[in-house]
Amino acid sequence: MTSVTLVRHIRARPSIVFEALVTPEGVSRWWGPDAGPVLHAEMDARIGGRFRVRFRTMDGIEHESFGAFLELVPPERVKMSWRWTGGIEDPGESTLEIVLRAIAGGTELTLTHALLDNPESAKSHGEGWNGALDSLEDLFSPSLSHDTQPMRIE
Amino acid sequence: MNRTEKLNRIFGALTDPSRRAILARLERAAEGASVSDLAEPLAITLPAVMKHLDILDDAGLITRTKSGRVVTVKLSPASMRAAMAWLRRYERFWSASLDRLTIYAEAKEAAARKDGK
Repeated sequence: MTSVTLVRHIRARPSIVFEALVTPEGVSRWWGPDAGPVLHAEMDARIGGRFRVRFRTMDGIEHESFGAFLELVPPERVKMSWRWTGGIEDPGESTLEIVLRAIAGGTELTLTHALLDNPESAKSHGEGWNGALDSLEDLFSPSLSHDTQPMRIE
Repeated sequence: MNRTEKLNRIFGALTDPSRRAILARLERAAEGASVSDLAEPLAITLPAVMKHLDILDDAGLITRTKSGRVVTVKLSPASMRAAMAWLRRYERFWSASLDRLTIYAEAKEAAARKDGK
């Protein structure tokens, strides 16, 4: 399974964290890799409902991801299908799963972003990986050789 | 093999600690290493090492060249770069996003407590 997992402890109760994850108001406050703004957030938080979030990064480029809610168990767990809009950064369909657990003083959040195991499903959604990975390699390769960042591989 | 399958093979190969140890060793060996060199620090049998090398080879993470009776194993960095690119992209995206989610949710919690909720 190709996936990235991150765990965070948040000093807020699960219901507050959950609301921040599945409402447009919440999402527009935190979604994105840098301090660039969220431009548009749609969250139809019910099974089968769609989400779409558009944001601008500090380099001025706009990005958009969209998908559907696959699982929704307030305030414990949400799972969404995930696609990037636009060819260059679209590596096929993936899934995003966030699990919340009440702990003393707050919430433990576990986020897993995983590529789909079935290559056919990625293919059927369009161009899939064609070219996308090459572009990503070009983008990152200058700084990769001496990378010592910790990573989690599940 | 398409890209997704390729990445899944790479990540599958990376899940095993012995295979990661082999890759780490190869990273320091510019001229490559022999199979017995690689087996030596690991507490596993030579056939087990061979099996790990097959999996790393399938994932495109290493190359093997035979000269006489000696097989030289070398790191093949392109596959690793592809996997790292995927990981970095999502690590960076989610790590920064979750930092801000944490700040936001903690402020909401503080406000709720102030209101006596």
